[in-house]
Amino acid sequence: MIRLEHVSKTYEAGVVAITDVSLHIKPGEFVFIVGASGSGKSTIIKLLLKELAPTHGTITVNGRDLSSISHKQVPIFRRNIGVVFQDFRLLPDRNVYENVAFALRVVEAPKKEIKRKVPLMLSMVGLAAKYRSLPKQLSGGEQQRVAIARALVNEPKILLADEPTGNLDNKNAWEIMRLLDEINKKGTTVVVVTHNMDIVKAMKKRVITIKKGSIIDDNEGEV
Amino acid sequence: MKFRTFTYNVGQGFKNIARNKMFSFASIATMAACIFLLGLFYSIGVNFQSMVKDAESNVAVTVFFQDGMSEDDIKAIGQEIANRPEIAKMEFVSADEAWENFKKEYFAGKEDLAEGFATDNPLANDAKYVIYLNDVSEQDSLVKYLEGVNGVREVHRSEITAKTLSDFNNLSTFIMIAVIAILIGVSIFLISNTVTVGISVRKDEISIMKLIGAKDNFVRAPFVVEGILIGLIGSAIPLAILYFLYYRLVSYVQTKYKVISTMMDFVPVNTVFRVLLPVSVILGVGIGFLGSRLTLKRHLNV
Repeated sequence: MIRLEHVSKTYEAGVVAITDVSLHIKPGEFVFIVGASGSGKSTIIKLLLKELAPTHGTITVNGRDLSSISHKQVPIFRRNIGVVFQDFRLLPDRNVYENVAFALRVVEAPKKEIKRKVPLMLSMVGLAAKYRSLPKQLSGGEQQRVAIARALVNEPKILLADEPTGNLDNKNAWEIMRLLDEINKKGTTVVVVTHNMDIVKAMKKRVITIKKGSIIDDNEGEV
Repeated sequence: MKFRTFTYNVGQGFKNIARNKMFSFASIATMAACIFLLGLFYSIGVNFQSMVKDAESNVAVTVFFQDGMSEDDIKAIGQEIANRPEIAKMEFVSADEAWENFKKEYFAGKEDLAEGFATDNPLANDAKYVIYLNDVSEQDSLVKYLEGVNGVREVHRSEITAKTLSDFNNLSTFIMIAVIAILIGVSIFLISNTVTVGISVRKDEISIMKLIGAKDNFVRAPFVVEGILIGLIGSAIPLAILYFLYYRLVSYVQTKYKVISTMMDFVPVNTVFRVLLPVSVILGVGIGFLGSRLTLKRHLNV
């Protein structure tokens, strides 16, 4: 499903983000990528979304070598990957319904499909009653649930979450994690980048630890 | 792009104007101010040029013919001269008409003094053609031609007036083109700057759209629609104000200050707007369209 082979990334300013990273995530897995700030965790998410290109190495996602995807094809590729960010990244001037519907509009889904899928997704994340609220009228946990609904409404095979609980209190953080676990149980491959070790330990999932841009530990096969 | 996506994006363009009120207001106000100044200067310039052209049309060359030539011979030469392209119109003044005019001018109230010439027209050899030119700058070449025509005795011209008017016309055209070019340049700079700032503050929104999987055209379309709408509104407002002001001002001057209206003819408002309207709309819409497209290009590489 996701494969990195000897991947390195050095930014233009000469800052080395990751060095010779190789990993393989199988379909249906739930994986945590952990490490201190600046260790290169978020760079991996950006590489998987083709927001960045690696300096060396090969990245394969959903069976496609990312280096073979042109700028024009990137949007099509991204539609098969759901993504959730620490700062939610909702469209601030659109309500909850429109934020979720937006992901369907970009794939030019028919109106009927939008009307059917959006309420279903909002029910799944527990926000059906707040479909008319603007993001600023919601709590952090609620905003993150809207972001998850938006990420999943196109039924992607992979969900990438970059510090999804970073801006949330403990209670909300746990609610989000339970939601991600439920999504994983339905078959979606989930990759969560975090530094919240309490949650990571309690969830008992595969954990890849990164330090200074290199993988120093991977408990694959131990969970 | 499917039709429903197209209509959705057009709708989003309209909604964006309402969503980003401050940016929309700033863009429309900048555009309206620039186009108003442009229109104002153009209206003044066009009227000024029309005044100079009016003055030019009164500058004439007078051609006298050799002594003893019959009126028919003179008219035959006149027909030949009339083929010259520099000529706007020409009037024939016979020897009798010339004497009548002279009497009216110099013997007014003392007509009995002219009685001595009743049977002997002192201006018998002064039949003439008065020739008006399309462009006074062509006076030299026409005079040169006329002086070479067989039967022509003398050609009178007002060289200083023609040269002054011609120079004045060239200078005013140059100033008008220069000022309008500067105003268009300043307008493009100000308007595209406002559009750029308005889009740059929404670069996060653009990156979200791209990360969700929106194609460049899908992200671009509402911004471009928004740019075109701002261009349309920003040019329509000053044009409407200018049309109203111009129309009212001309009517006011023509009724209240008849002396001015006898001295000059204002260019009709519709003539002014025949050029001003398309130029302003193309300028407004063009900058809105290009400004938003070019600015977006920088933010689409996510």
